[in-house]
Amino acid sequence: MRLALEHVDVTLDGAGIVDDVSLEVAAGERLALLGPSGAGKSTLLRVLAGLERPSSGRVLVDGADVTALPAHRRGIGLVFQDAALFPHRTVAENVGFGPKVAGLPRGEQGARVEEALALVGLAHAGDRDVTTLSGGEAQRIALARALAPRPSALLLDEPLGALDGPLRLRLQEDLRELFERLSLTVVHVTHDVGEAFALGDRVAILRGGRVAQVAPPETLWAHPADDWVARFLGMRNVARDGDRATVTRPDAVRIGPGTGATVVSADRDGPFVRLRVRRDDGVELDAVSLGEAPEPGDVVAVEIEPTGVLEVPVWRGPLDSPASQG
Amino acid sequence: MDRHRRALTPAERATRAATVAIPVAFLALFFAWPLVAILRRSLVVDGALDVPLDVLTASSTREIAWFTLWQATVSTVLTLLAGLPLAWALSRFSFRGRSLVEALVLVPFVLPTVVVATAFVALLPDGIEHTVWAILLAHVFFNVAVVVRIVGAYWGALDARLWDAAATLGAGPAQRQLRLTLPLLAPALASAASIAFLFCFTSFGVILVLGGIRYATLETEIYNQAARLFDLRTAAALALLQLAAVAAVVTVSGVLERRLGGARRAGRRPPRPRHGERVAVAAVVVVSLGLLALPPLALVVRSLQVSGGYGLRHFASLAETTPALLVSPWHAVLNSLLFATAATAIALGVGVPAAIAVARGSRGLDVTLMLPLGASAAMLGFGFLLAFDRAPLDLRSSLAIVPLAQALVATPFVVRSLVPALRARDPRLPEAAAVLGASPAQVRREIELPLVARPLAVAAGLAFAVALGEFGATVFVFRADWPTVPVAIFRFLGRPGADNVGTAMALCVVLMALVVAASLVSQRGLGRSAR
Repeated sequence: MRLALEHVDVTLDGAGIVDDVSLEVAAGERLALLGPSGAGKSTLLRVLAGLERPSSGRVLVDGADVTALPAHRRGIGLVFQDAALFPHRTVAENVGFGPKVAGLPRGEQGARVEEALALVGLAHAGDRDVTTLSGGEAQRIALARALAPRPSALLLDEPLGALDGPLRLRLQEDLRELFERLSLTVVHVTHDVGEAFALGDRVAILRGGRVAQVAPPETLWAHPADDWVARFLGMRNVARDGDRATVTRPDAVRIGPGTGATVVSADRDGPFVRLRVRRDDGVELDAVSLGEAPEPGDVVAVEIEPTGVLEVPVWRGPLDSPASQG
Repeated sequence: MDRHRRALTPAERATRAATVAIPVAFLALFFAWPLVAILRRSLVVDGALDVPLDVLTASSTREIAWFTLWQATVSTVLTLLAGLPLAWALSRFSFRGRSLVEALVLVPFVLPTVVVATAFVALLPDGIEHTVWAILLAHVFFNVAVVVRIVGAYWGALDARLWDAAATLGAGPAQRQLRLTLPLLAPALASAASIAFLFCFTSFGVILVLGGIRYATLETEIYNQAARLFDLRTAAALALLQLAAVAAVVTVSGVLERRLGGARRAGRRPPRPRHGERVAVAAVVVVSLGLLALPPLALVVRSLQVSGGYGLRHFASLAETTPALLVSPWHAVLNSLLFATAATAIALGVGVPAAIAVARGSRGLDVTLMLPLGASAAMLGFGFLLAFDRAPLDLRSSLAIVPLAQALVATPFVVRSLVPALRARDPRLPEAAAVLGASPAQVRREIELPLVARPLAVAAGLAFAVALGEFGATVFVFRADWPTVPVAIFRFLGRPGADNVGTAMALCVVLMALVVAASLVSQRGLGRSAR
């Protein structure tokens, strides 16, 4: 299933939430919508699902205009943030809801439920009360529920948002594997850069209701559209100079023995250590080190790989820094 | 998180308008219009303004107003004192049977006023059953539930670590109660007190039955003047006074309740009582429940007492036509069931749309809908009497007037019990269903309706119970050949002879059973869909 948004505007209570967004998702492609809170990500997802009518613009499915088609006739699945399971139904009844309202024969309904539960690795959870599920289980059931009607496109709104730590990573892995196996068209909303890069063939970065950049993760990382995008992706070495900004990717900053800079901080993040160093000329830089890392106060040498230094335009919109929006 | 509010389709806008229009129209016709009729009757004579100063300043009026005020004040203070220990035990500790105790404590609140008053006639020895003590005790019996409910919920939501913190800061047990518990509970105490005061101030059935000829409040005096002495001018003047007083109390109570904030939820399960606490909690629960059980038990015992022993003669006599009524008491039971069913249907028809509108955030409607709760039942009944006595709305001989009056009293309860459930609905659930392919009709049938089925049943049961026991308004508008059970009980009590009293007791037992059954069935019967 091919999805497209054409010049979509959404206005709620007089305030523009989404502003002239055009996006295309090819059949079988996985697009991640990435952006800070309030950027309009979830609203776009609701527009695709048919839960929100755009105030102008069109929604296309396989080239056909479905803007006026209500949610229940679109055949697009949606996994809500925090699962949104029906509390008055069991796990199996939740998962079987789609096949049931589609009027499938009873036997077929049961088969769909089993199939969907097996897909998410909870084959024996059918009789459980949804209020007894853990956060991770609830999210898996929500996914199974969305898959049971066999939609050709699946939308996910912060599917891992309520989870943390190892559980989050594991479900992320499972999702990726599942998407590949089912060759679904997927649009997935997140505010987490790592999750977007892991699950999206392409990533659309939203900022204040507009698309800031759409590109595959590698391209985004190599060529951020402007300094706002660069900082949003986690690059902190941004120096503005008039209309241009110089971005030094942290992986291009090499720390070695010698002099010329002092380590300001060193924080271990799993296998690597995030370093912040101050050069003798006063410029502070972020760097990443694997293995042996210096300690704060150590004097080190800094070398910058030229391929990791990018020249990008300066973003002068209302949202000056990515943090000001959160 | 992004905020989502869609633009409304014309159909949705029409539905929304209806949820406001239906209750507003009902209240305008059956609440505002009767009040206007009272104002007109009390203030206008021959088309000119004529304030009934003579009635308002008469010494008899002053005495009645004074008694109304002080009995309500004393009742409220006693209720607080009686309810606080129970609120403490039920909110600060968890123990086996706690939820059962909570449910039992609420039972007196749903009992009809006439039944409670009759129970105290049965309980108290001859000589004090018609004193002011009987009135005060009955009021306490009634309103303990209010204190336990409001103060208990608030108390239970307070963080127990506050007391621990106070202790580590050097506050002893007495100081902790004085400097911490009391100030913390102040808003809840004030709110509970104002509601209990309102109920006692507008108390009707209890005063009429227990006060005899000696004690009258504004509320009962309106009835005496209108229904017994046919002095509508005096009755209307008293109703005017009552209206002003009630408006003042309702306003204060509304302010206090708003200060209390919305419903709170206890953060964690309270601890089990330890050592000395266990004794105290057990004593409080046992003594309180014992005292609360006494009046209903006395009622049952007296209903079985016949000359020379015990028997079912009073119940058997319910089938006999008596001079006290135009029909047999069983007829009154059937009438009551019929009227209460109709009243429940009306109360739901008005209350459900109203609750939907209130849950959506219509604050004005919320306040408006609570007005009938404050406006006393007798005032509503009297207003009905004055308002619907001429074309095009001559309902004097219509049977519809009884369920209409009862529905008016029951509707606020429907709204109150539905709004929290409606507010707690997750707006994403219908959306989740729609995305899974459910049509709007399927969404309503499969998701929205089952999710509100239990609160709806509770609301219906409550409305039914309230309508069954309604006395204050009904006694003004009932038709002599169609009495309800509370009216019949009042009639029997008013006639001499042990047999009449016995019949009244038996009828009270029947009514009590019906009311308790209605509220139990509505809360337990839908166990499965209740999850």
